[in-house]
Amino acid sequence: MSSKNNLLNKPVTRRSVLKASAATATVMAAPMIIPSTAYGYANEPKGAAVTLGFNVPQSGAYADEGADELRAYELAVEHLNGGGDGGMMGTFSSKVLKGNGILGRKVEYVTGDTQTKPDAARASARSMIEKDGAIMITGGSSSGVAVAVQGLCQEAGVIFMAGLTHSNDTTGKDKKANGFRHFFNSYMSGAALAPILGDNYGKDRKAYHLTADYNWGYTTEEAVRTSTEAMGWETVAAVKTPLSQTDFSSYVAPVQASGADVLVLNHYGANMVNSLTSAVQFGLRGAQVNGKSLEIVVPLYSRLMAKGAGENVKGIFGSTNWHWSLTDEGSKAFVRSFGEKYGFPPSQAAHTCYVQTLLYADACERAGSHDPCAVAEALEGFEFDGLGNGPTLYRAEDHQCFKDVLVVKGKENPSSEFDLLEIVEVTPAAQVTYDASIFGGELGSCNSGA
Amino acid sequence: MLGLSRNDFLMLLLVLFLVAAAPILLNPFPEGSSLAQFNAGYPDLMQRFLIFGIFAVGFNILFGLTGYLSFGHAAFLGAGSYAGVWMLKLLTINVIPAILMSTIVAGVFSLLIGYISLRRSGIYFSILTLAFAQMSFALASSVLQPITGGETGLQTNLNDPRILDGANTSGNIPAPSLFGFEMRESIQVPMGDWLWTFNVGYYVCAFVLLIAFYIAIRIFRSPFGMMLKAVKSNNERLSYTGINPRPYTLAAFVISGMYAGLAGGLMVAMDPLAGSERMQWTASGEVVLMTILGGVGTVLGPVIGAGIIKYFENIFSKINDNMLQSWFAFMPDGLESFMVAVVHPFVGKGWHLSLGLMFMLAIIFLPGGLIGGIDSVYRRIFKKRAQ
Repeated sequence: MSSKNNLLNKPVTRRSVLKASAATATVMAAPMIIPSTAYGYANEPKGAAVTLGFNVPQSGAYADEGADELRAYELAVEHLNGGGDGGMMGTFSSKVLKGNGILGRKVEYVTGDTQTKPDAARASARSMIEKDGAIMITGGSSSGVAVAVQGLCQEAGVIFMAGLTHSNDTTGKDKKANGFRHFFNSYMSGAALAPILGDNYGKDRKAYHLTADYNWGYTTEEAVRTSTEAMGWETVAAVKTPLSQTDFSSYVAPVQASGADVLVLNHYGANMVNSLTSAVQFGLRGAQVNGKSLEIVVPLYSRLMAKGAGENVKGIFGSTNWHWSLTDEGSKAFVRSFGEKYGFPPSQAAHTCYVQTLLYADACERAGSHDPCAVAEALEGFEFDGLGNGPTLYRAEDHQCFKDVLVVKGKENPSSEFDLLEIVEVTPAAQVTYDASIFGGELGSCNSGA
Repeated sequence: MLGLSRNDFLMLLLVLFLVAAAPILLNPFPEGSSLAQFNAGYPDLMQRFLIFGIFAVGFNILFGLTGYLSFGHAAFLGAGSYAGVWMLKLLTINVIPAILMSTIVAGVFSLLIGYISLRRSGIYFSILTLAFAQMSFALASSVLQPITGGETGLQTNLNDPRILDGANTSGNIPAPSLFGFEMRESIQVPMGDWLWTFNVGYYVCAFVLLIAFYIAIRIFRSPFGMMLKAVKSNNERLSYTGINPRPYTLAAFVISGMYAGLAGGLMVAMDPLAGSERMQWTASGEVVLMTILGGVGTVLGPVIGAGIIKYFENIFSKINDNMLQSWFAFMPDGLESFMVAVVHPFVGKGWHLSLGLMFMLAIIFLPGGLIGGIDSVYRRIFKKRAQ
């Protein structure tokens, strides 16, 4: 092209540039060369600060959850560095955190947008690890993203503290030695929810599932199906909906004609808000089918979703990892410091992210090192209390936390704009514990990136 | 030299120099300084520059030479990625079969789509390619889930067969490598306050880019390239002279599809995960933007356009309010919050906005793209001197 010819018509200047650069290259050949393997482990902190990577969805269907997660992370960093009132550090059963950062190093952080897409989330996490030297990655509000980023952290040799991810896969089929999850999972939701559904709606129901089309949707659908079918329910149909879907009317319309009398919405975030609103607008709620009133169930609930769906959530059952109305000391302390900083109570996503950050910091202190393998060892089999869920175990076999599960219901008469869910039952951890091997998958061995 | 004219050879040398020295050139700010945020010299982003450079160079062979605007090129990138991951899963963790298979699969796939789409031209062609790409995206995220992993994406696993590699006893998923050199391996050279990272994967990409770039120059300057330009200038006239343009356009379509597949293969070689959103129309649109921003029909333009867009995506999107506050901290309180509020919409998740503004400015003031702009500035200076 002619443009090229003109552009490069001055070989003299070019050549001198080349020469100059060759000369600089020779001069620069002298400095010491450190292969990345010379470090004890990946991103070993050398200075007075340690960097954590907060990778949360800032756009897409889970953006609300992501924003709340980020608030919780900022609060956790403030507390770790000795700011604020210390939040749950005061109620945590382990007392090694002193508010002087992690191992005396000031905690700094970088943020990134996962866009709720595995590709983008991985790119964001990679840049945190490679560019910003993050020693731990945490966050995510989608299991697809969690599984993708967990894989990356395993390869890169940093710790992954999963944020809100509810699929069985994260600590099941796709579990990794460097990945840890505090949040509960689909299996636990199903196991906790089924008895309550049986008591309230009877044992001969026909269920219709709408399921978000990715790994979380699949395992949630499966968990709810298995546990409800075990008590006598029948599953009429299960339809997959794309994660990016915003209009669910075409999915909701066929439900009534199918002869189903329960609609299970395996949706989260904006998906659930939209599908539930559609279902209610179509008059599904309370419609008479088979002589029974049609009911809607949302296996995974959050306050943010309840807020988005407004009136429509009243009386609808679901499960949740944590709720701000819990009255144990840990929850109260967390709600107080979060509320003082931001002016409203935290969501379950915020809670799990805050807790994960404290657990990571605590594990570093107990291990006396940031080395991912030492941290992993400190977390494995760790039993703790005072972080809002009662006594909790970080199981060594699959890096999953086991704790009580809350079954909740949309409140009929909310007393404030935040008081949207009421706790129906606290299902004890023993009732939702399962054998670590049932989902397959292998942890592999810990990778420190060395 | 190498069958190139002197100017083209110099351009190839320039690209060679820029690519080889990028780890140094892209880290102009010292570590720990407040401007270090704008450094782009880390492996992930540098690899992306090159990979999307290849993608855009290939796209330009179709769009720049024949004028056929494909809105579905991401489908070939995606198909290539999936093929690449499957090779890494089934055959060997060595990246060469993965990259070759990606290119081949994308070639076959583009032959199929090109054969149908090229029956129409202009906007109809664009819509057809867009439709095919969206179909591929929808299939990949739903029906073809066993092959593509759906929205979760396709990853390598511990228990993949990898029949050529022998049993894996390390307990860890092997990283993609080239005869034992892992793609993620890096050498870090501290130089005063600067830190340069020379990454194996990056130089593999660089090698592939140079070959791809060389082939593109040869195509641009060949009789075949001339024929493609004839298609662009007047398709009908070409038909009246008794030449059937379709074999030429189809060949250009397949070549650019193979470039896209090659880029997809490199992407999974650097990071073994393929997600379906790689095939979405936004990804197809992105490569169009890259080409137009850099300069349609120029050899170097698309590479520059790709670099700029990826830079915005990865650097601007990571600036959060915390950083803004520290930048403007020297200002009085009211002014500081004002500045943060003004800049906020353009960084972080608002990076699309700054990119959009830049794209508009480029289109309005530099119709020939950045290369066109540089060229006209250069010509103005040169003419003045001649006078």
